[in-house]
Amino acid sequence: MAQTQTTKEPLFHIAKRDSIVWWKAWGIRTAAILIALIVSGLVSFLLTKENPLRIYATMIDGAFGTKRRIWGLVQELAMLLCVSLAVTPAFKMRFWNIGAEGQVLIGGLASAACMILFGESIPSPLLLLIMIIASVAAGAIWALIPAFFRANWQTNETLFTLMMNYIAIQLVSFFVYKWSVPKGSGQVGVINRTSHAGWLPSLGGHDYLLNIIIVLLITVAMYVYLKYSKQGYEITVVGESENTARYIGIPVKKVILRTMLISGAVCGMAGLLLIAGTDHTISRDSAGGRGFTAIMVSWLAKFNPVYMILTSFLIVFLEKGATEISTAFGLNASFSEIITGIIIFFIIGCEFFIQYTVKFREKEAAK
Amino acid sequence: MDEAKQSAPVQKEDVPAIRLAHITKRFGSVVANDDVSLSVRHGEILSVLGENGSGKTTLMNIIAGIYYPDHGQVFVDGKEVVIRSPKDAFRYQIGMVHQHFKLVDVFSATENIVLGLEDEGRFSLRKAAKRVREISEQYGFDLDPDKKIYEMSVSEKQTVEIIKVLYRGADILILDEPTAVLTPQETEKLFTILRRMRDSGKAIIIITHKLHEVLSLSDEVAVLCKGKYVGTVQTAETNESALTEMMVGKKVTLDIDRSEPKDPVDRLTVEDITCRNREGTELLRHVSFTARSGEILGIAGIAGSGQRELLEAIAGLQHVNGKILYHNPKTGQVDDLRDKSPLEIRELGVRLSFVPEDRLGMGLVGNMDIVDNIMLRSYKKGKSVFLERKNPRSLAEKIIKDLEVATPSANTPVRRLSGGNVQKVLVGREIAASPTVLMAAYPVRGLDINASFTIYNLLNQQKENGVAVIFVGEDLDVLLALCDRIMVISSGSISGIVDARTATKEEVGLLMTKNSADAYAHTAAEGGDA
Repeated sequence: MAQTQTTKEPLFHIAKRDSIVWWKAWGIRTAAILIALIVSGLVSFLLTKENPLRIYATMIDGAFGTKRRIWGLVQELAMLLCVSLAVTPAFKMRFWNIGAEGQVLIGGLASAACMILFGESIPSPLLLLIMIIASVAAGAIWALIPAFFRANWQTNETLFTLMMNYIAIQLVSFFVYKWSVPKGSGQVGVINRTSHAGWLPSLGGHDYLLNIIIVLLITVAMYVYLKYSKQGYEITVVGESENTARYIGIPVKKVILRTMLISGAVCGMAGLLLIAGTDHTISRDSAGGRGFTAIMVSWLAKFNPVYMILTSFLIVFLEKGATEISTAFGLNASFSEIITGIIIFFIIGCEFFIQYTVKFREKEAAK
Repeated sequence: MDEAKQSAPVQKEDVPAIRLAHITKRFGSVVANDDVSLSVRHGEILSVLGENGSGKTTLMNIIAGIYYPDHGQVFVDGKEVVIRSPKDAFRYQIGMVHQHFKLVDVFSATENIVLGLEDEGRFSLRKAAKRVREISEQYGFDLDPDKKIYEMSVSEKQTVEIIKVLYRGADILILDEPTAVLTPQETEKLFTILRRMRDSGKAIIIITHKLHEVLSLSDEVAVLCKGKYVGTVQTAETNESALTEMMVGKKVTLDIDRSEPKDPVDRLTVEDITCRNREGTELLRHVSFTARSGEILGIAGIAGSGQRELLEAIAGLQHVNGKILYHNPKTGQVDDLRDKSPLEIRELGVRLSFVPEDRLGMGLVGNMDIVDNIMLRSYKKGKSVFLERKNPRSLAEKIIKDLEVATPSANTPVRRLSGGNVQKVLVGREIAASPTVLMAAYPVRGLDINASFTIYNLLNQQKENGVAVIFVGEDLDVLLALCDRIMVISSGSISGIVDARTATKEEVGLLMTKNSADAYAHTAAEGGDA
């Protein structure tokens, strides 16, 4: 006991805030973005000796520089948003669906199959209807399989949905090889290049406008569904506490299956929009990692579909801008990933300071 | 650490073993401790008394190094110290026995006791076991050092926790509500040991809110009220009503009105139900009883004796064998509720309300606001696919008003409310369904005196309205004062049903442990934990 240690009060300690006024929260977020810009500016200056301001200007130019770029940005935003909306009901239910990548891909495969197989024989409106049904069903089935096992035998949905991704990728690889033009090239090429059979029509001369409108409609529908419908309420209760759900008589299994059906169906729809509305071809990379990025978008927005427009914009903007930096300054792609990483780190990290406050040691009170 | 253990405590009599001066601790805008000062000497037992939410546990956690105070000082043996972690606390020979045990189930008593200790030289489990045995003998504990935790009863686990801190040379012991999980007999045994420790010169702080325990055990009582230090009194110079007044800040009557049941009829008959867990161990064995309308049937028993399974079986959440017969007062029909889901039970027209033990984990959803929680029972009403929040909102506002729920608004998430207010929301919702059977599991656990009495009154009102009330309680004084009949459950079987107006505490206490010896054989394999 005789330790006469000169132990002092710790320099700081962390305490939980019980609430925070909205302007303070947004102040913290703005500050985080500013600090992120400063840090990545410093990093890029140290690494490349370029003027950080020029780098940022290039980023903005890369995202908004031309009309074409703006369309590209909004289209990309819509695609990412669509997948994010798809995973949200599952996440709200605390069902860790990380299989969106596979569900999108399988939906895309279904529409590509319809385009290739029936492109010549079925009139376009009917073909589009069949494609919608096929891709939505494919995505839904891909999501239902893990949901069924989880609901009945408590299997781990994280691993299950992840594995389903690989199956989807391999299936697509198989069919890409089978359908490849010219045979054996390993590439499908643009499907129905001349007939445009099964392509989503362009509205007012804008190729992507229909995609964007569809995603906007899904956004509104998802917002209303989660917030104001009885099913959305059940999803929240099951997610927060399965015990409460049982206690109140909510059929938990049914809710899990139904929710994953919706999640998978929207993923399938995203696959359709990608293949029939954007790429007009298919490869094993068609989903482009959106299934995983969507998880981040959904979490950052705290599962609120309207906020998701903002968070997916942020991510897409960073991606577009960073790619532009790499090409404009002749840097390799890893550099743009560093910048993206720094900015996202600060944005996610600042949530900690919204939840908690740091208290520093006070000056020794005079006694 | 070693040389201090031997230092004779007697010489330090006049210097407090531990003294807190002007401790303040805030959590956000909540002031958990506001300028609290108190002290304990060696060879003395101090009770820290206060309602729930008065800051007792926070204060003790500060001494034990779990929280760090915003202001104020701590003195050990007259010297100012800074306790930044539980490790620091141990260095100053402070040991805390928490309310919730922190033990590794598959380890033996000794292994748990030495866990995390960094001894110099080679470690010998045999030597450690010997030391554990010595400590047990010194203070009169009854403990087998080689027994695994999962084979132990709750009171044995507590013994391990206490020896754990003694083994580390604790001279100042803090016990956080140690009697909450014990039977009256076990409590008495614990108190004998604590008195022995006091006589050997240890300073002991015990947190409790049971007044009679305070009076029988401690030398001094420090009272906290809403985070503020009210004062310290000599136990010999005080009594229950004076202490209550200090605790609550005003005079309260501690009597529960008990009316005679009005023409009771059988409402719920449970016939020979048996329930097994997944491993096949029986959690309920041949349980039969009848709950009557206009009557409060109390259920007494050591925590985890099958109370939860029993209520959950009736509520349709647990598969059982046997019969659960509901006598419908409207139609005169008798329905078997066994293995029906809560939804099916409701569709049968059975108005069964259930206040579960786990309020935020089962009865309510912590992250949802009051309106959405009130809606849990009724959200499905109507054909629309959309929710209707108007009626739930007005019901929520009515409950907030009638039961005096302290909340900023009906849109506040319930996890932000204090324990008592959470319970008011839950009970309010369950009663609003105008039940014919109302089951409440530990409805006043963690509630302060005022809130507890609000709940008792609500239960009494329901009884007078002709509801069959089933009340699972832990405080025998309350059970005896509130209920009409008390059913005692011991290791999953009914060991007796007594008239609450004539029974004594000792009788009920004995029934609580009756045939636990042969029941033990059944529960041992399963860990004694239900």
